[in-house]
Parts: sequence; C-alpha cells; structure tokens
Amino acid sequence: MNTRHVASALLVASLAAIALPAAAQQKLLPAQSSIAFEIKQMGVPVQGHFKKFDAQVNFAATKLTSSKVNFTVDIASTTLGAPEMDSELPKATWFNTAKFPQAQFTSSGFKALGGGKYEVTGKLAIKGQSRDVTVPLTMTQAGATTTASGVLPIKRLAFKIGEGDWADTSMVADDVQVKFKLALSGIPKLP
Amino acid sequence: MTPSSSERTPQATRYNTVAMVLHWLLALVILAMFGIGIYMTDLPFSPQRLKLYNWHKWAGVTFLALTLLRLVWRMTHRPPALPVAVTRTMPGWQHRAYHATHHLMYLLFFAVPLVGWAYSSAAGFPVVWFGQIPLPDLLPVNKEVAELIKPLHKLLALALMALVGLHIAAAIKHQWVDRDGLLSRMLPGRG
Repeated sequence: MNTRHVASALLVASLAAIALPAAAQQKLLPAQSSIAFEIKQMGVPVQGHFKKFDAQVNFAATKLTSSKVNFTVDIASTTLGAPEMDSELPKATWFNTAKFPQAQFTSSGFKALGGGKYEVTGKLAIKGQSRDVTVPLTMTQAGATTTASGVLPIKRLAFKIGEGDWADTSMVADDVQVKFKLALSGIPKLP
Repeated sequence: MTPSSSERTPQATRYNTVAMVLHWLLALVILAMFGIGIYMTDLPFSPQRLKLYNWHKWAGVTFLALTLLRLVWRMTHRPPALPVAVTRTMPGWQHRAYHATHHLMYLLFFAVPLVGWAYSSAAGFPVVWFGQIPLPDLLPVNKEVAELIKPLHKLLALALMALVGLHIAAAIKHQWVDRDGLLSRMLPGRG
C-alpha cells in the first residue's frame, strides 16, 4: 500500500467520522432512564415502575415537524414493589399482559414552548385502548446526553386498567401520575 | 349487674363517665380489630382485602390516640380503689395479677398499634388516616425489616388478647362467682 492509498483511506475514514454523527441514530439509554407511576389506594400513595421500555427517536429542535418518537413499554416488567400485587398485574382485570404485552406511545406532533419545554401530542395505547394525549416534557443537555423528563397524568379507567370490582375509584383512584426521565444519545444540540 | 349488688355497696365508687366510655368503646374497637386482623390476612388480593387492611390501620391509629387520651385521663383522675369487701377476700397473688394484667394491657395497647404502624411504614405503605390524613412513617421503607416486624405485631396482638381474655374471665368470676359487685364500678347506672 503506497502513501497515496493510505492518505485517501484516511480521508475516507475521516469523512465518514464527520458524516456519521449527523446521521447517528438517536438512542435511548435505558440505564439512565426511568418510567415510574404513582397510584392511590384508599388515599395511600403506591409507587410503581416499568423496568423494560424502548424508544425509536428522531428529534431535532430545529426540525420539529419531522421529529418523531415511538415509545414502547414492556408491560410484563411492571412492578409495584410488592410481590402479592405484582402477581395480580398480568391478570385480565389489570393489564391482561398475555393479550397486550406492550404499551405504546406514537407521537404526531411536537410544539416548542420555549425554555427547553415541549408538548408532544400523540396516541397512547395501553391494553388495546388508544387515547390522544399531550405529553409535557422538559429537555436538557449535558455532554452527549439529552434528558427528556415530565409527568403525564392519565386516567386508568380510560385504559380499562382495573376492571370489575377494581373499577371502584374509591378503592383505587382513577388518576395515575406517570413520571418519566428518558436519557437519549445523538440528539442534535438544543437551541 | 343485679340491683342487689349495688344495694349491697351503696357508696361503691365507680369509674367516671369518661373512663367508662373509653373503656367500653375501646373494648369494642379492640375486639373488632382483632377479628378483622385475623380474617383479613387470609383473604386473596381483592378490594375487600384492601378495604379491611385500611380500616384496620385507621382503627388502630384511632385506638392509639384514644388510649393516649385514656392514659392521660387516668393519670389525672384517680380510679376508684378496690372495695374493701374485695381486697379482704383477695389472695395476694390475685392482687399482684390484677396489677400486672392492667399494666401489661396498657403497655400492649401502645405496643400493638405502634408495631403495626411501623410494619406498614417499613412495607412501603404509609398510613393515611381515614384516607385523608397522611401520617409520618415510623420506619424507613425496608422489606426485610418489614418481614421481621410482621410476626411481632401478631404475637403482641395475641398476647394482648390473652390478657383481655384473662381480664374478662376475672370480671365474670367477680360478678357471678364471688358476687361482689366489682363489675358495677365500670357500668353505668345508679350511683
């Protein structure tokens, strides 16, 4: 291999190195992310969280119209931290995990509110029930990591979570607060 | 209570109204709580189970608060001394047992609900009194500690029930065996 070949190989490699980040895939960093929720049982706050979730993200603050997020949660990974309750969650009354193993959020639009705040509209599907939701989120960047966090209030009965006797909201409140913190890599610099 | 018993001891000093109300009210609460406590732990996960657990906790905290009030009342309002007719015929061991039973019952009136509350805190279920008033956690959330405390709550409650049984047996003996009218001190009526 002569010097010219080496030089052109280096040139190609460096061009690739420059070009790649721009087209780099945006990725969710699961270890630094969390999705938790809080429900109330007869006034008693109970915290739960999902251990497994993933997202396909294509976001650019400068290109909101073409930005897109598709988020999936593995429902079988839901835990309330108490084995006697966790064993109930997969049942048909609650999540019916066998039939609906995943919850999904698909964005349809992004709106910048300024100061790193955004509103993401889209469809949230849990247990076969699809509802329009608006997710408020705040984005911050530190180094190569972008963090999107927020709280999405939902109504559990809109998704048939807790049927029959458990539909009684005096036992388990209808309001559920979903708190998320998603760490992402490859997001272009925020304005 | 028979009319003859109160006639026999016309100047028998009774407990005052507050002491009587607290005695009989807490007697009802303690028996109800014991029954619910035994019953609820065997129930499958259901709204009924959740309801009974919360009622048990609310009643337990109410019991604790009223017991504190009762103790303060007792310390500021001297209870009637045992009638001479009773002390004269009472063997020394019975007198000692009478004092020991009452002291131990008071000790357990506090210990049983406090240990139950501590268990609920450690298990990650803060107590929200009547579903409205969040009470502080007595212990930080720790499942291992919770598992250690759980049998203690039951053991102490069983010990308390044994003492209550002894207390009732002694009252019955005084009323229908000794016929000394001791029970009338804790019964409303002509005084």
